[in-house]
Amino acid sequence: MVGARILLESLKKEGVEVIFGYPGGQVLPIFDQLYDFGLKLILTRHEQGAAHAADGFSRATGKVGVCLATSGPGATNLVTGIATAYMDSIPMVAITGQVGTHLIGNDAFQEADVTGITRPVTKHNFLVKDVKDLARTIAEAFYIASSGRPGPVLVDIPLDVQRADTEFIWPEKVNIRSYQPTYSGHPGQIKKAAKLISNSKKPIIYAGGGVITSGAALELKELAEKLQAPVTTTFMGLGGFSGAHKLFLGMLGMHGTAYANHAVMESDLIIAVGARFDDRVTGRLDDFAPGAKVVHIDIDPSSISKNVRVDVPIVGDAKNILLELIKEIKKSPDTTEWLRTVENWKKKHPLTYKDDSAMIKPQYILEQLWDLTKGDAVICTEVGQSQMWACQWYQYLTPRTFISSGGLGTMGFGFPAAMGAKIGRPEKEVFNIAGDGSIQMNIQELATCVANKINVKVLIFNNGFLGMVRQWQELFYKKRYSYTPITSPDYVLLAQSYGAVGMCVTKKSEVRAALQKAIETQNTVFIDFRIEPEENVYPMVPSGQAINKMIEGLA
Amino acid sequence: MRHTISVLVENKFGVLARVAGLFSARGYNIASLAVSETLDPQISYMTIVVEAKDAKVLEQINKQLNKLIDVITVTDFTNKEYLDRELVLAKINYAPKDKSKLETIFNKFVGKIIYHKADVAIIEAVGDQHQIGELLNELDKFGIKELVRTGKLAISN
Ligand SMILES: Cc1cc2nc3c(=O)[nH]c(=O)nc-3n(C[C@H](O)[C@H](O)[C@H](O)COP(=O)(O)OP(=O)(O)OC[C@H]3O[C@@H](n4cnc5c(N)ncnc54)[C@H](O)[C@@H]3O)c2cc1C
Ligand SMILES: Cc1ncc(C[n+]2csc(CCOP(=O)(O)OP(=O)(O)O)c2C)c(N)n1
Ligand SMILES: [Mg+2]
Repeated sequence: MVGARILLESLKKEGVEVIFGYPGGQVLPIFDQLYDFGLKLILTRHEQGAAHAADGFSRATGKVGVCLATSGPGATNLVTGIATAYMDSIPMVAITGQVGTHLIGNDAFQEADVTGITRPVTKHNFLVKDVKDLARTIAEAFYIASSGRPGPVLVDIPLDVQRADTEFIWPEKVNIRSYQPTYSGHPGQIKKAAKLISNSKKPIIYAGGGVITSGAALELKELAEKLQAPVTTTFMGLGGFSGAHKLFLGMLGMHGTAYANHAVMESDLIIAVGARFDDRVTGRLDDFAPGAKVVHIDIDPSSISKNVRVDVPIVGDAKNILLELIKEIKKSPDTTEWLRTVENWKKKHPLTYKDDSAMIKPQYILEQLWDLTKGDAVICTEVGQSQMWACQWYQYLTPRTFISSGGLGTMGFGFPAAMGAKIGRPEKEVFNIAGDGSIQMNIQELATCVANKINVKVLIFNNGFLGMVRQWQELFYKKRYSYTPITSPDYVLLAQSYGAVGMCVTKKSEVRAALQKAIETQNTVFIDFRIEPEENVYPMVPSGQAINKMIEGLA
Repeated sequence: MRHTISVLVENKFGVLARVAGLFSARGYNIASLAVSETLDPQISYMTIVVEAKDAKVLEQINKQLNKLIDVITVTDFTNKEYLDRELVLAKINYAPKDKSKLETIFNKFVGKIIYHKADVAIIEAVGDQHQIGELLNELDKFGIKELVRTGKLAISN
C-alpha cells in the first residue's frame, strides 16, 4: 500500500470522519487518495482557516481535529492555528506535505523546515522519513495529541514517502516509554487537600479549561455543592460549571466580575482545578490572594507552582482526583457567613452597563441572544472587546459551548472555528461573536461555509474600531486613537456575493428580530450590528495591578 | 547558581534541538552541554549545566525537560551525590625551558603535555570543576592562547 493510502487508513483507524485542508504539490498523492476514499475533506479558503476549523471541531466535540496542508507556504499558513491550539491545550493533528527526502535541506521549491518552525508551538512533531514508520507515527501522533495535557502534534510527510509502498500494519496499542502521563492523584496529597478543605472558612473553587478537557463538570458541581463553596472559572473554564448555578461567580481576572475577584482575593483556600494561574487571572502576583492556601489539581506538573506558590499540588486527571477528593472530605466547612459576604459583593458590584434607548449596546445583543437560546447553542468568538462581552453577558451552561482563543488571543480564529464546531455539532446553533476587525482576518471562509452548507451565524459587533486596542488608548494613551479606527466592507453585499445572507441592524428595536431571523435561516448569516462605537469593557484590571483594583467604569 | 542535570533521551532526530529550544525559548541559560550515546544506542545521555536564579526556575527547568516527549528521565544532581569530570585542551605559550616548570605543576595538579613544538604546547587535563579551575590558574601564567572544553560530564555514585 502506498504511504498516502496508509495515512488515510490510519486516520480511519483513529475514527476520523472529517479533515480540513488545502491541496498543493507536495500532498498530491494524499489528495489523489482522498478523491474516492470516503473520508470527507472540507476545503477551506486558507490553510489558517483549516487549522482553526480543526481546532474548533475539537473544542466542540472533544475529538482530535485534523488539518492538512502542502509544504512551504501551506504549512507556514497553519502555524498561527497550531500555536493557537497549543496555547489552549487543544488536541489536534496537523499533517503537512514535505519535499522529497533527497531534496530536504536543499532549499528546494516550497521547502520549509516545518518541524523546526513548529517545534515551540506543538506538543510534539514528527518528520516521517520512511514509509514503514508512517502508520505507527500517526498512531503516536493521535495518542500524544489527546492524552495527558492535550495539544497539537504535527506530522510532516515527504512526497516520496507518500508514494512509497509497504504493508499497512496498524499498531493496536501505542506505548511510548518516555511519555507516561499521570492520571490518578496521589492518595496522600488528596488526604492533605481534604483536610485543608475541611478546615477552611472561606474556600473558593477556581476552575479552568482542564475541567472541560477532563470531562469533570459533574464532579466539579458535586464538589461545589458538597462544600457550598463559590465557584469562579477562567475564560477557558466557561461552561465547565453552569453559568446559571447559584454558587457561580462568573469569570475572574482582568475582565472578570468584581465579585469573583474580591472573593478570590479574600478567600482563605483556593481549590484550583485544571487552571494555570495565567497572568490575566492573577494580576500582580505579589498581591494575589495573600491569605489563601492553594490546592492545585492539574495533569501537567509544569503548571503547578509556575506562577503561584502551591500548598498541596495534586498531579493527575481532574475527574479522577475530584471523585477521590469528594470521598475523602469527611466534614464540609461551614460557609454560611462566607457565602453571605460573597452575596454582598454581588449586590454591591454587579455586572452592569448603561443601556440606551436607541443605540445598540453590545451587552444588549448578548442578553437577547441568551434569551433566545437559553444556553442551547455554541458560542464562538473572535478576539477583542466583543469576546470579553461574550464572556460576561452570556451564560454557558455546559462544557464545550464557549469556544474562543484564550492563550494566544488570535483574531481571525472565531469564524473558521465556528465552522469546525458546526461540523462537529451539526444539531447545535453555532454563533460567532465577531469584532469588525477580527472578522476581516479570515472572512474568505464565507466561501467554505456556503459551499459546504455550514450554517454558522456571524454576529458582527461593528464599532468601527479595533475596539480593545482603542480602549487601552483611551484609558492609558490619552485617547490618541492611533490606527485603531477601521473601515469595513458592506457586509450585507459581501455576504450576498458569497451566497450567504446578510443583514444590517442599526436600531436597538431591530436586534431581537434580526437574531430570530438568523436562527430561522438555513444558510450562513452575517449580521452587521452597528453598536455604540466607544463602549468599553468593564470591569477591567489594568495590567500589572492586583485583581481587586478594578476600574468598574460606569457601573 | 549553577546546577547539574542529567537527561536520558531517545536518540532521535531533532531531540537536541528540542532540548536546546526549550532553554532558549524560556530564557534559561545553558552553561555547558555534553551529549553522547549510552550502552543502549537508542538512548543518549546529556549532562547539562544550567544557570538558575532560584529554586523555582530550577523546578521549571526540570519539569519542562520532563515534559518533552523524547525525554526518558531527568536527574537533578542538586543535593545528590555525583562525580563529575571535564576534559580540557589548552594551547599555551611554551619554550623548552618551561618543560620542567610544567612538570612540577603536573605533579600537583591534573594535566599533561600531549603535544609541543617551538613556541606552543597543548595540555590535556581531566578533572572536576575545582581541579580544572586550579590548573587553568596555573596555566594562565604561561599565557593560554586557546582553550576548548567538553563541558561537564556527571554520573551518580
Ligand atoms: C483579550 C483577552 C482577555 C482575557 N481576559 C481574561 C480574563 O479576564 N480572565 C481569564 O480567566 N482569562 C482571560 N483571558 C484568557 C487567558 O489569556 C487564558 O487563556 C486563560 O486564563 C487560561 O485559562 P486556564 O487557566 O483555564 O488554562 P488553560 O489554558 O485552559 O489550561 C488548562 C490547564 O488545565 C490542565 N489540564 C488539562 N487537562 C487536564 C485534565 N484532564 N485534568 C487536570 N488538568 C488538566 C492543563 O495542564 C492546564 O494547566 C483573556 C484572553 C484574551 C485574548
Ligand atoms: C492576529 C492578531 N493581531 C492583533 C491582535 C491585537 N488585538 C487584540 S484585540 C484587537 C482589536 C480587535 O478589534 P475587533 O475585532 O474589531 O474587536 P473589538 O475589540 O472592536 O470588539 C487587536 C488588534 C490580536 N489579538 N490578534
Ligand atoms: Mg471592532
